[in-house]
Amino acid sequence: MLDTLKTIFLAIPKGLSVTFKYLLTKPITVQYPDQKLILSDRYRGLHYLKRNEDGTEKCVCCGLCAAACPSECIYMEPAENEFGERYAKIYEINELRCIFCGYCQEACPKEAIFLSKEYEFSIDKREKLIYTKEDLLKKGQRSTD
Amino acid sequence: MVTFIIITLIKILIVFVFFLLMIAYLTWLERKLLGHFQVRLGPMRVGPHGLLQPFADGIKLLFKEDVTPAKVNKFIYNLAPLLTFIPALIIMAVIPFGDQIKIFGQSINLVISDFNMGILYVFAVTSLSVYGIVLAGWSSNNKYSLLGGLRSSAQMISYEVSLALSLIGVFMIAGSLSLVEIVKSQDKLFSWFIFRQPLGFILYLVCAIAETNRAPFDLPEADNELVAGYYTEYSSMKFAMFFLGEYGSMINVSALATTLFLGGWQGPFLPPVLWFLIKVCAFLFFYIWVRATLPRFRYDQLMNFGWKVLLPLTLLNILLTATIMVL
Repeated sequence: MLDTLKTIFLAIPKGLSVTFKYLLTKPITVQYPDQKLILSDRYRGLHYLKRNEDGTEKCVCCGLCAAACPSECIYMEPAENEFGERYAKIYEINELRCIFCGYCQEACPKEAIFLSKEYEFSIDKREKLIYTKEDLLKKGQRSTD
Repeated sequence: MVTFIIITLIKILIVFVFFLLMIAYLTWLERKLLGHFQVRLGPMRVGPHGLLQPFADGIKLLFKEDVTPAKVNKFIYNLAPLLTFIPALIIMAVIPFGDQIKIFGQSINLVISDFNMGILYVFAVTSLSVYGIVLAGWSSNNKYSLLGGLRSSAQMISYEVSLALSLIGVFMIAGSLSLVEIVKSQDKLFSWFIFRQPLGFILYLVCAIAETNRAPFDLPEADNELVAGYYTEYSSMKFAMFFLGEYGSMINVSALATTLFLGGWQGPFLPPVLWFLIKVCAFLFFYIWVRATLPRFRYDQLMNFGWKVLLPLTLLNILLTATIMVL
């Protein structure tokens, strides 16, 4: 009985004061679509491909990114242009399989592929998340602008 | 006679509408406060700061499918929500929410009905709401519902004893069972019963939480062990009615605490009705605050606490009050 009374008159007011302190602190909620979190500099989102200054593609289809990829989501087929330079005829990234580890970016010797900070990519068809080379280059255009 | 009936009907209408609005906004207040207690924001999307949330919830519940499971006892199953909701509504009839006022030469008492045993009526009606819960648990034909109903009946019956006894001291000093008389006897700040009956007040607070099945005494619904307790099988408006009943009885016990311990509508400067509302809201805030703080009791702890701690203390309170009165 004495213990119960101690709880009622000592412990409970103490607990109440703790929760009251939290009532006065500023909520940490971020009102998401209106407000967005500031991402860290190293945040890894969707991929994009870069072009050279003269507009040609940086990627030479060496296949190192595909080799580094742990989830095997990169597919590419090489071809040669009229100057005899290698380029990627087909370059696809399956963003559904991608685990956003960033190894492709690390492996790339030509600094052609990067991971952007884009993380909002909900879509109505699964096929739309297999990005082609054109998609990736367009994204690169946007993120260098 | 006719004017009396008309005035009473108008009073009933005003109190009824206001009471329902208060229930609606109590749900909003609870979600908002619980949010801020947990360093969240609470409802923000429906209207500015979520102010239209109660209406959105109401509309949603109205349009939900009303499922009646195949093996329930249909009559009792439909009766039970009403049995919890209506007692919560009719308690308001005896609570005085303001002084006598004069409009168009008519003097009007701001209480729907002032009869000399008001508080006994309150006890009688609160006991009725136990039936709603027990019958809901029984008629649902579901083990979780039944367990919730059984727990709830055991809990409410044991705590009602202490609840009634914790108020005896107030009646002894006030010398009346009429709520209007009790308010009138607390005309000075230090004649408020919270100062003359501090122990009784604390005991009443604890019992009132248990009586309304709120955390930390919310064993009947204990989500994580009993699904949702006695209203597991209910849906749509029948489900909503249990909630209206629960929040309604929260307002009732707060109004009763205000009337009996905090001097009812008495207070300086502001109009009496406003004072009454402020005090009731303070109590409601306290209930939500307690819910944000304390974890749920275990069932044996609950029973031990009710019978071995609360009951002796209420008896001690009566004894002390009587001794002081005789001296």
